[in-house]
Amino acid sequence: MGMTIAEKILAKKSGQKSVAPGQIVDAYPDLVMSHTATWRSVSVMEKAGATKLFDPERIAIVLDHISPAKTEKNALDQQKSRNFAREYGIRKFYDIDAGIAHLVLMEAGHVGPGDLIVGTDSHCTIYGSLGALGTGIGYTEVTSVWLTGKLWMKIPDTYRIQLNGAFGKGVYSKDLMLHLIGTLGADGCTYKSVEFYGDMIAGLSVSERMTMTNLAMEMGVKCAFVPPDAKTREYLDGRLKGRAYQEIQADADAVYSREIVVDLDNLGPMVACPHEVENTKPIAEVAGTHIDQVFLGSCANAKYEDLAVAAGILKGRHIHPGVRFIITPGSREIMLEAMRTGVLATLVESGGVLTNPGCGACAGDGGILADGEVCLSTANRNFLGRMGSSKAEIYLCSPATLAASALTGVISDPRN
Amino acid sequence: MENLIRGRVYKFGDNINSDIIIPGRYLIYIDPEKLAQHAFEVLGDGFPDKLRAFHIFVAGRNFGCGSAREQAVTAIMGLGIKAVIASSFSRTFYRNAINSGLPIIECPELYEAVTEGDDIEIDLTGTISHKERLIPFPKFPDSVRELLELGGLAEYLKAQQRKLQTS
Repeated sequence: MGMTIAEKILAKKSGQKSVAPGQIVDAYPDLVMSHTATWRSVSVMEKAGATKLFDPERIAIVLDHISPAKTEKNALDQQKSRNFAREYGIRKFYDIDAGIAHLVLMEAGHVGPGDLIVGTDSHCTIYGSLGALGTGIGYTEVTSVWLTGKLWMKIPDTYRIQLNGAFGKGVYSKDLMLHLIGTLGADGCTYKSVEFYGDMIAGLSVSERMTMTNLAMEMGVKCAFVPPDAKTREYLDGRLKGRAYQEIQADADAVYSREIVVDLDNLGPMVACPHEVENTKPIAEVAGTHIDQVFLGSCANAKYEDLAVAAGILKGRHIHPGVRFIITPGSREIMLEAMRTGVLATLVESGGVLTNPGCGACAGDGGILADGEVCLSTANRNFLGRMGSSKAEIYLCSPATLAASALTGVISDPRN
Repeated sequence: MENLIRGRVYKFGDNINSDIIIPGRYLIYIDPEKLAQHAFEVLGDGFPDKLRAFHIFVAGRNFGCGSAREQAVTAIMGLGIKAVIASSFSRTFYRNAINSGLPIIECPELYEAVTEGDDIEIDLTGTISHKERLIPFPKFPDSVRELLELGGLAEYLKAQQRKLQTS
């Protein structure tokens, strides 16, 4: 019987010839990622009295949430992570200058097709944009993988999502994902692996694929994949630095527990309304909603292409005087590219304020909302109180919708 | 670990996410008591203090969805909650609960039947007793059972290290 991508990767990483959904295996990840939570994993390791790592080369650390340090407590926690990396020879250590862990690790060539990656962040699913199986775990489990090199994993069954047609003008993979999350629900794919197919994918940039596999988390997936192709190879070229990898594709006779078909020709811009990502509406239903702040950031939509799309709409114009516009590039590499091409200048000239690369306001670090305020954001979560006051509201959208709305001060359709 | 957990039920609805359980700004803590002080506070209305009169959470679909933050489990344990039962859980919350030694049970049938304030008794070998009814749930696999009995993965790692050092 044929296998899906998740089944093949988990079989390979657990030394099995074949696996089937529901089976539990001991898998050996290629990489275990921890971000700002690293100090907690270090504490668990200290309490266990352990001093020997399974393999320091399989450990990556990126200080992305709440960075640079905001309080003495943050500073101490970061110091603990830094000291650990130094003491144990963790070469894949990235400090507060680097940006959001997921984007940094992919840019640095630490993620390849067929890899198994676990980490202290639910949005590890993003690695599926390069054909790797990424999934989130807690900090104690990170310690366990540091020490033992392995963890138990249940083989998920797989949903196949078929994308027919193509995105129209002003429509992006963010809109597709908000549509899917709204249709399937926040638990529509809980414990499932998801694979995306369709003729249009060949023309879809890795950046847009990252948005897809990142947002897939918000329908509960364990992992999500865009099967590797020429675009993947183009992205990896020069990044993997000669490291060999094997592209994993699903077998032609792989078994899917569900097939979902999306007609992209009829898809328009979508917005997620407070306070759940599944609360999505076509833009016409929320157009005109007053906004106080817009946030162009997060691992979902603060890549170079996202900044460039926003800049394309804002060029030569100024945002509405009642709107605060926070720009948080996803990584240093993204920020530098946006500096070189003038995209950053355009965004700041339009009235934006630039912050350092990292998670920033998405995780409530800066850009805090007061009672009654409304933020339109390109991030992946709009949960109650996530950006400050529990009496504030967060709407989620694509970078294009964000830019169009920043100009008018109300949620606006980027196609107009 | 005792096989029997008795207590009064607090009932939540669907999609209780981990930002509601413990907001990101408190992730600087790992201490159960400190986290418990801020658990569910975004819901206003007497949270979290009013939860301290209860012992077991029962929730609807997708409890613990969103962030993989382990402190969502720690905060609930800090409130003195002995078990969480829901129609379904997010996979990260489920995994973190077992790794923290918090009994966690999927039981849509109980969610339908139970009213807030009801007293129930959980037998970890596979049944929940509510009023006159005995509701079965699937037995925990041995590995999960072992983690729960040890009090979670951190305790398991300590035990492993002790074994390594004495061998």
